[in-house]
Parts: sequence; C-alpha cells; structure tokens
Amino acid sequence: MSTAIKDTQKMIEEVLDAYPEKSKKDRAKHLAANDPSGQCGACQVKSNIKSRPGVMTVRGCAYAGAKGVVWGPVKDQITVSHGPIGCGQYSWWSRRNYYNGQTGIDTFGTMHITTDFQEKNIVYGGDKGLDGALHELKELFPLAKGIGILSECPVGLIGDDIEAVSKRVAKEFKFPIVPVRCEGFRGVSQSLGHHIANDTIKDYVLGKGELDTTTPYDVALIGDYNIGGDAWASRKILEEMGLRVISQYTGDATINEIAIATMAKLNLIHCYRSMNYICRHMEEEYGIPWMEFNFFGPTKTYDSIRKIAARFDEKIQEKAEAVIAKYKPVMDAVVERYRAKLEGKKVMLYVGGLRPRHTIGAYEDLGMEVVASGYEFGHSDDYKRTYPELKEGAVVMDDATLYELEEFTRRLKPDMVGSGIKEKYSYHKLGVPFRQMHSWDYSGPYHGFDGFPVFARDMDMTVNSPTWDLIRRKK
Amino acid sequence: MIRILDHNELFNQPDYQEQFERKKEFERPWPKEKVREVSEWTKTPEYRELNFKRENIKINPAKACQPLGAVFCASGFDGCMPFVQGAQGCVAYFRSHLSRHFKEPFAAISTSMTEDAAVFGGLNNMIEGMENTYALYKPKMIAVSTTCMAEVIGDDLNAYIKTAREKGVIPEDLPVPFAHTPSFVGSHIVGYDNMLKGILKALSEGRKGESNGKVNIIPGFDTYTGNYHEIKRLMALMDVGFTLLSDVSDTFDSPNTGEYKLYPGGTPLPEAMDAVNAIGTIALQKYSTVKTMDYIQKEWGQKTFTLPPIGIRNTDRFFSELSKLTGRPVPASVEAERGRAVDAMVDSHPYVHGKRFALVGDPDQLLGLMSLIMEMGGEPVHIVCTNGDKHFEAEARELLASSPFGAGGTVYIGKDMWHMRSLLFTEPVDILIGNSYAKFLTRDTGTPLIRIGFPLFDRHHLHRQPIIGYQGVINLVSMLVNTALDELDRKTVDTTSFDVIR
Repeated sequence: MSTAIKDTQKMIEEVLDAYPEKSKKDRAKHLAANDPSGQCGACQVKSNIKSRPGVMTVRGCAYAGAKGVVWGPVKDQITVSHGPIGCGQYSWWSRRNYYNGQTGIDTFGTMHITTDFQEKNIVYGGDKGLDGALHELKELFPLAKGIGILSECPVGLIGDDIEAVSKRVAKEFKFPIVPVRCEGFRGVSQSLGHHIANDTIKDYVLGKGELDTTTPYDVALIGDYNIGGDAWASRKILEEMGLRVISQYTGDATINEIAIATMAKLNLIHCYRSMNYICRHMEEEYGIPWMEFNFFGPTKTYDSIRKIAARFDEKIQEKAEAVIAKYKPVMDAVVERYRAKLEGKKVMLYVGGLRPRHTIGAYEDLGMEVVASGYEFGHSDDYKRTYPELKEGAVVMDDATLYELEEFTRRLKPDMVGSGIKEKYSYHKLGVPFRQMHSWDYSGPYHGFDGFPVFARDMDMTVNSPTWDLIRRKK
Repeated sequence: MIRILDHNELFNQPDYQEQFERKKEFERPWPKEKVREVSEWTKTPEYRELNFKRENIKINPAKACQPLGAVFCASGFDGCMPFVQGAQGCVAYFRSHLSRHFKEPFAAISTSMTEDAAVFGGLNNMIEGMENTYALYKPKMIAVSTTCMAEVIGDDLNAYIKTAREKGVIPEDLPVPFAHTPSFVGSHIVGYDNMLKGILKALSEGRKGESNGKVNIIPGFDTYTGNYHEIKRLMALMDVGFTLLSDVSDTFDSPNTGEYKLYPGGTPLPEAMDAVNAIGTIALQKYSTVKTMDYIQKEWGQKTFTLPPIGIRNTDRFFSELSKLTGRPVPASVEAERGRAVDAMVDSHPYVHGKRFALVGDPDQLLGLMSLIMEMGGEPVHIVCTNGDKHFEAEARELLASSPFGAGGTVYIGKDMWHMRSLLFTEPVDILIGNSYAKFLTRDTGTPLIRIGFPLFDRHHLHRQPIIGYQGVINLVSMLVNTALDELDRKTVDTTSFDVIR
C-alpha cells in the first residue's frame, strides 16, 4: 500500500473518531483513500445504504429524485406535487431546467402545482380530491400534454390508489396521466426516485409518440436536465457532428420527445446514475445500444466526440474531426487565459449524479487537481467509474455528513470546494472559495464547447475573488 | 480576447435560435395561433371565473409547511439543534430553502426514517439520531419537530424522547423540547408557533419565581434579520430590559471571521428559561404566535400584547403600549425618528397616492403593509393570503374599512398566485408586492414588483434592511416610491416627461 493511501486512511480514522461506535463502524465503510488501480480492497467504499439518523446527511429523498430531477423538467406536462404543501414549495424551479415555451399556457416548468393535503385528506384519503384536481387542471390548462402525479410521503402511508385514479382519468382525457410512487420515505436517497421515475416513463409514455421520418443518425440525449442550458450546448455539438437529436431526456423535453426515444439508433447518456435504467430498458426491449459520454472540459469532450463518432460512419467521423478542429483554438485560448491563474489549485467535490467524476477532467484542463470527491447518492458502479479518474490517495466520500466535510476541509485545505447550496455558506464563513456544482451557482451552461469557457471563468472568479482576502481571521 | 457568453446571452445567438426551431420537429408543439388564443383566453373574466372555481388544486401558492417554521424558530436559541423526526428529504429542503433566502448556512438534523420506520415506528431513528447529534454537534438543546411521515404513522415524541433519555444517549439535563408539526395542517407560521410554544414550555418548567422586570419580545416568523437588529436598537433606546424569544439574527446574519460556527448566537438559554418571570410579552406578529401567546397568558399569567410595528400608526401603538407596560417614556430620539419617517411619507406621497396595489404574502406582513400603504394614500386592491384564516380575513377587512383608501380592496384567503394572475389581468393595479416567485406575475402581466416577504431568492440583502419601526417605514417608503418612479421612467423613456427632477 502506498504512503499516499496510508496517510489518507490515517486522516479518515481521525475524522471518524468523533462518532459513537455504531455510526463510526458504518461511516468507516463510506470513506476511503483512492486507489486508481482498484487493487486495494479497503479502498472501495460502500454506497446506496441508509443514512444514519442524526448525522446531518446532505441527501434528499425519492420525491426529489423523481420530481426534482427526472419528471420536473418535462415541459408540456403538468407536474403535480401530490400531498402537503412543502415538497413542491421547496423544489419550485430550484434546478433551473431551462426550456422554451409559454409558461402556464403550453409549458409548465416554473410552476408549483400541488394538491395541498389537509387533515381531511389524511383521514379520508386523497383520491377524490386528486380526481377533482386533474379535472380542474385540464380545464385551466387545455394545452397540457399530460399530467404527472408525484407522490409525497402521506400518499403511500394512507394507502391511496393513485394508479386507479390515473387510469380512469387518462382514459377520459386521452393523454398520459403518470402516477409516480416517489414518496420520500422510500429508499435511501434521491436515487430510488430516479429509478421509479424511469420506470414510469417506460410504463406510461415510452414508444407512444410521433416521428415522421427516421435517419441512420438519430440519437437521443439522455440524462441531461438542461441546467443553465447544458443540454442545448451538448446538442449543438451533436448536431454539428451530423447527428440528429430526436429526444432530450429530460431537460427542455416534451412528452412526445420522451416517447419517441425508442426510434433512436443510439442512446447517449450523460448522467448515468439517474437514467441508466431507461437506457437498459431500451436496449433490452428495442435493441437500442447506449453509451456514456462526458462533455465537461475540452479533453473529455474531444475524447467523447471521437467515441461517439466511432459508432457511426466515416461521414460522421470526418465531421467530428472538423468540429474538434473548429473549437480547439477557442478551447486552447480559454485554457491559456485561465490556467495561469488556476494551476496547482486543489479542489474538493461533493455532489450528486455524474459531477463527482465527470468534472474532474475539466478541472485538470485548467491545471487543477481534485483531492477529494464524493456522491450524495452514488452506487458502486458510480464509484468504479470514479476511482480511475482520481489520483492515488484522494479522499473518496459516500453520503458525507456536514461534520465530515468540514473536517476534511480543515485537513486537506482545498483551494476551492464544489458542492451544493446547503454547503455553500458554511464554506463562505470558513473563507474557502466555493462553487455550487449542482446548479452552477446560477450560471452555466458548463457542458460542451460553449460551456467550458463559462466553467473556466466561474472557477477563476471563485478561487481568485479579492473578497476572500478581506476576511479578518482570528489568530 | 474571447468574449465569454453565459446563458443570459448565449441562447439568444442565432445558432441556438435555429437549434430551437429545429427541435420543434420532435417536440410536436401546439400551433402558434393556438397558443396565442389560449394565452389571451387566460386573461379574460371568463377564465378568472373558472380559475376561482377550483377547489382541489393550488397553483403557485405562497406558503410553506409547518416544520420549516419549526426549524426556523428552533434555530433562534443559543446552541439549539433543530431536529426533525421523519423522512430525510424534508430537512434537505428546509436547509436549502432557508440558505437560498438568507445566503447563510443552516444546520438541521433529520432522523432519516425510511420504509422500516413506516412499519415499526421511528423510535430507533430517534434514539440513534439523538446519540449521533449529541456526539457530533454538541448542542445545548435539541428541539424536535416532525415531518408529515412521523405524523401520519403517529410517532409519540414525548415517549420517544423519554426513552432516549433513559437509554442515556443524551444527558439527563439536556433540554429537548418538542412540537408536533404536521405539514398537512396550517403552514410555516403555525409550525413556528407550535415549536416556540414547545420550547418555552420545556424551558420554563419549574422556573417561575420573582419578576425579572423584563419584557419578552417574540418576533414571529420574521425573515428580516434587519428587524431583529432594529428591535434591539429600539429597546435599548427605550432603556427597557428585554428578552428576544427566538433571536435568529446571528443565525442568519453572522459576521465572516474565517470560521464556521454551528451555533453563531441566538437567545441564551438561561434568558429563555427566565422568560416566564417577565412583566409581559409582546408579539410582533399575531398569526404566527397565537398558541404561544395564549399559553403565556394562561400558563405564565403574563400580560400579553400583539403589536406588529409596520407603518406609522402600528409603530405608534407599539411604543405607547410598551411605554405603558414599562413606565418608560418614549425618548425624544424615537420621536425624532417618527418625525423623519412621517417627513419621508409627506415628501413622497404624490407618487403613491391613488396608486393601486396588489399584495401577496403572510398574514401579519400583509396587514402591516396595507396599513402603511393606506397611510400614504395608496389603495390596497387585491390582498391574497394563501395561509390566511377566517380571523385574518375579518381583520384585514376591518382594516380596509377603516380608511377611505381601503374601499376598493378585497381579501382572498386560501388563494394563490395563479388566482392573483387572473386578478391582475382583469383588474390591473400599479404595483405588486410579494416574494421572489411573484416575478412570474410581473413577467405575465407587466405589473412592477416590490420584493417584500419570504422567500426572497433573486435579490440579495433585502432581508438585512428593517421594515419595522419608524426606520422600517423609511425603508418601505423608499421601496414604494422608487418602484413607482422606476416605472414612471420606464413608461416615459421616449417622451418629454422623462424628467430628471421628481
């Protein structure tokens, strides 16, 4: 075992010391020193396991995964938060899944629509009210193409049959009404919500759309939620390569786009964690192959473009090279401008979905090093994909707590941290440069060739803001 | 030099605009004419009627749930860790929501209940949660509230906390107040009330003794940190000893010293324990303190006053009652502040007089703002209160009836911002007041928005300015008049009326 790994392991043990015995034993399985070779058995973290009560996990719930991530961005369906008022309120347009359309008329993305459960719904059930709600929505929003019913905790606990209501009303309305059983107590994190949402796409929408013609170059862009316009930036590259993107899952998506993905020749998946399920299903049922790619940072983007092109004919491969040739000078200029200011800076990441591994290359393009990375709701397949991307001895964290993040920060002294809104302001207090890496801190896009310059600019302003120097630290 | 375009400009470029057009082949959108037709229809009285008929669905409501109010309240006590029994996503949401508003860290604990807890109850989660919380975050108090999951399955907090103590996972003397805060009853303001009552009940037990001569001040669900600093300043000017019960000013406005303090301040627990011995309690909000004030009056036997100090007359009432209660005269410096505030109103009145206002928000804030607007000759027209009850409705109507400027006002309880949209289209107003989400109403209807309330996500530092007291009046008047003037500039930009002196 190398010194780097040993040193990190020692540090992890020190951090764990504060825990009571039972939680210490549990948390020890979720923290490890990275071994890129995958040889060291003790270097594999456990994941997708229940969080310990009381430790202050950063995780959310199944509803967050199903409503906030997967279904929420579908723009021409009405997404109903079915249950009490809070869940829909707190997830109201917080993920910035950009879309084109006229809100409240033919699209509904920035709206918070809820059955607002009262005590009587808990006592007598919410199905009757739901039926009424669906009819009221249909009247008020005649251009909606579907309605999703995203269950909150009480719905599953009181034994409502939202499937029966959905089935009955869908027949009447002649459009999809999708009951999503994403009650927040199900599973251990957002992750199960992704899976449940994927399953409902399969059961209620997939294969039921219209597309006039197909071509050999039809692809679907899967697992891109168009945060700050990410999917549009990725789509631009794919189109310039000569591919025809027939479907976006689910950023800026319509119900029809979701439905016609089955006509793609290849599914391209960016966020593997949240959408691998539907890709596997389309592979099994429709024989559509899928591949993962990474459009963060020029190095990974060039590499992904070539790998995608390799799945098509020479015409596409030529165009792919032409695309790379077109953007390379711009990317080189961006790197030249920012690398000098960011070279050697250490980054700690603690995010979700794909970012803990996918953004490493982009940081490296800028000369930065990721010294710790982790997932709120990753599974072992995510970690397997992450180990080779990180340096030996880097800290790998699964379901980290506020306490651990703070302790690792003290010890690793990163030059910047990328995590979420709950973490952001404690880092500001610590005087550690911080960037939200879920929402891009209201910036973006970060994907593709149009995204990387924004990413580089933002990391520079984060690390090199003069405001950090104004903090008068206690001696 | 490369010009870097982020999303604010990037997607207006021709290549993206063309991409969006191409994408429509797959989207299958409605024809443009159809969209336009429906869009116009939603602006009609006919649509308004349909919209107001709905009974089963809320669209863009302006309220949050009980446990949010509970954790907010709990965080205002020194060393207190808000601890939520239930599913874990809720706490992630509360923390995000409060951080987005205040731009501050917010810590709270979840007991991370899942399917097994749904079947067997959450006792084990509570016990392990307490043990971990105490070991890792070393609180002086743990304030327990609930999510709807724990409420639906009927977790018995009192018994669970007792068991946790018996198991020795927390010290015998650690205060652990609790409140049941089902999210399917009331809203965040009720959760605040329930939690505060729970905390005061737990802390005051066995503490009744000699009068401490102080006055308790309860801010209510007040998300303006500036208000907390302001009330402290005013009480100091009055030279009155006081205890602020749930003082979140440091929690949500702590100085940057290069260190992260989990518990940056709040009401010291010894002071909170002694609150039972005050000469009286003043609540600065009514609808977020109903049960707490009832408890203080009945159980503590204190004189209680509800004196929300927004606007001139409300602030006058606050000082006069405070003076009566304490025997302290209102100092000349406060009188001077009043004079300045009134002077500001007199100077600015021409741009507010006769202006029609639409307001959406929490009950107490609405009442205060309506009062101030009418004091300046403005007219509250649409008052939408998603979490307002019958009592609020009656009080708001009475307030409107008390002034000729209230004659055209209508109060809508239990309605939401989609109702407001219909109101703004069918009976337009000059200015809209609401939280950040009201900006969608501005986009749809063109009504200029003054951001007052909670949450305020898309503007920074607004919550740092007080809106209570006479200084609060000056701040509010600045917002009112300058929004009116900004709008005037916007409307007259191509005319000779684009004046430089106003």
